[in-house]
Amino acid sequence: MIADIILIIAGALFVGVYVSWRAGRIDRLHARVDMARVALDVTLLRRGSLALELATSGLLDPATSLLLAAAVHEARNGDGPRDLAESDLTRALRAAFGQPGFRSSLSGIDGADELLAEVETASHQVFLARKFYNDLVGATRDARRRPLARTLRLAGRAKAPEFFEMDDSLLGDLGPGGHTMVTTSHE
Amino acid sequence: MKIGITCPYSWDVPGGVQQHIRDLAEALIDEGHEVSVITAADDDTPLPPYVVGAGRAVPVPYNGSVARLSFGFLSASRVRRWVRDGGFDVLHVHEPEIPSLSLLACWVATGPIVATVHTAIPRSRVLLVTYPVVRTGMEKIMGRIAVSEAARTTLVEHIGGDAVVIPNGVATRRYRKADPLPGWPGPGGAIGFLGRLDEPRKGLAVLLKAFEILGPERPGLRLLIAGPSGDAADVLARVPAGLRDRVVLLGQVSEEDKVRVLHSVDVFCSPNTGGESFGIVTAEAMAAGLPIVASDIEAFRQVLRGGEAGALFATGDPTDLARVAGGLLDDEPRRAELSAAAQAEVARYDWSVVARDVFQVYETVVLGSTQVAVAADARGWPA
Repeated sequence: MIADIILIIAGALFVGVYVSWRAGRIDRLHARVDMARVALDVTLLRRGSLALELATSGLLDPATSLLLAAAVHEARNGDGPRDLAESDLTRALRAAFGQPGFRSSLSGIDGADELLAEVETASHQVFLARKFYNDLVGATRDARRRPLARTLRLAGRAKAPEFFEMDDSLLGDLGPGGHTMVTTSHE
Repeated sequence: MKIGITCPYSWDVPGGVQQHIRDLAEALIDEGHEVSVITAADDDTPLPPYVVGAGRAVPVPYNGSVARLSFGFLSASRVRRWVRDGGFDVLHVHEPEIPSLSLLACWVATGPIVATVHTAIPRSRVLLVTYPVVRTGMEKIMGRIAVSEAARTTLVEHIGGDAVVIPNGVATRRYRKADPLPGWPGPGGAIGFLGRLDEPRKGLAVLLKAFEILGPERPGLRLLIAGPSGDAADVLARVPAGLRDRVVLLGQVSEEDKVRVLHSVDVFCSPNTGGESFGIVTAEAMAAGLPIVASDIEAFRQVLRGGEAGALFATGDPTDLARVAGGLLDDEPRRAELSAAAQAEVARYDWSVVARDVFQVYETVVLGSTQVAVAADARGWPA
């Protein structure tokens, strides 16, 4: 009899601890998603300001400059969806960097190589930050979808985080992964 | 006179600016002038004898849509060579605000430069941000033409200075007569739409919504849609299943078929939600003698004389479009009246008239000026 009671209490304790651990984990995941989102926003802003710096540097012809500046502007202040505007900025950068002989046409000009490398690095950081963010979003959404988490509403009122999808491969023809860019940025 | 004209968009993609340039160039050649047009085009695009390609046109997002443009240092050097070898008396750039050949031409050339602005883009900070880069070129423009009051306002706001308004020309002769497509318009009536399917500003979505209202109450009514880009299945998916067989998509059509399409419908619809400065397609439909139903944007209000030469509906409002289009479909005498008014109104825009106005601008800027030449200060870019 006493053994039964002890067993029930122990069982209840175990369940309680387990549930609170699961709830804590979901909570921590949400917090990490928020942090990753901030990091992603920072990398996007950084990429945008570097692209604008390149556009106004006088290194490029006015058409390419205008193209880049307009894309940065749309990503920052446009009223369209952010992911589409940022993808458009990627495409504008890709169009600029993808011109045959683009690098060699600028090499030797003061500060040009450094600025181009900075833009490429910033673009790669966007790729990384977005990947990390989406990994966390995936993990969080998985954790929230578990039956226990759903029945007991362990996520509370926190909204399920959304994936951030965009085109972030800097050079064309890289396929869906797009990380070949790493090699180009360290050439 | 030797005239050099720049076209910022890809020659092989149908568009208002390209057609404007083609008709203007041909009208000027008819008058005995020597004309060379440089355009964004892929190297293997077949071009008329007066057109020069400036190399690969790259699809890039700009100003809310994707355009095929020529930019970059390679295009810049092709433009420079064209200017150097052309010996032009006047350089006529179109849409110098678009990051493409016209902007590059302003950058590399000096001498009498005339610019035409087609599109009304609302004032944006972008041009101000990049102003130092763009300014060099813009300041060389000696005479400015806007194709509409709306475009003129944009130009005044963006660049400062003023412009003469010379409306777009329409080759009205070409549109007057054509055989309808077999089986059209049909007893239930037909509404026509011409324009890019994938560009939201062209307003196809508004027309499709209106058809959801009109379709069920008019069992024979059909939609005839022609335009490049966009997936037909995509468009049909937006139409309720019961109406799908009454929406006919032709895709991109040739110039000749376009005229036939216009003669295949009872009412022509221009549901644009903005961004249009003149609406060449609307004017062509007027030349074909079609009653027009157009959104109440400034450009259409003007070309349709505030509703006298075509019916207007509240921009972006499918219910109002359904009401106005329905009213027209039911009122044959009113359609005939609008048709006659449209044809009379559009005569003012015939290219023979317009090209003469444009030439007067050329004559003004060449006074006391030397020929067009390559600018010396273009930063030592490859010649």
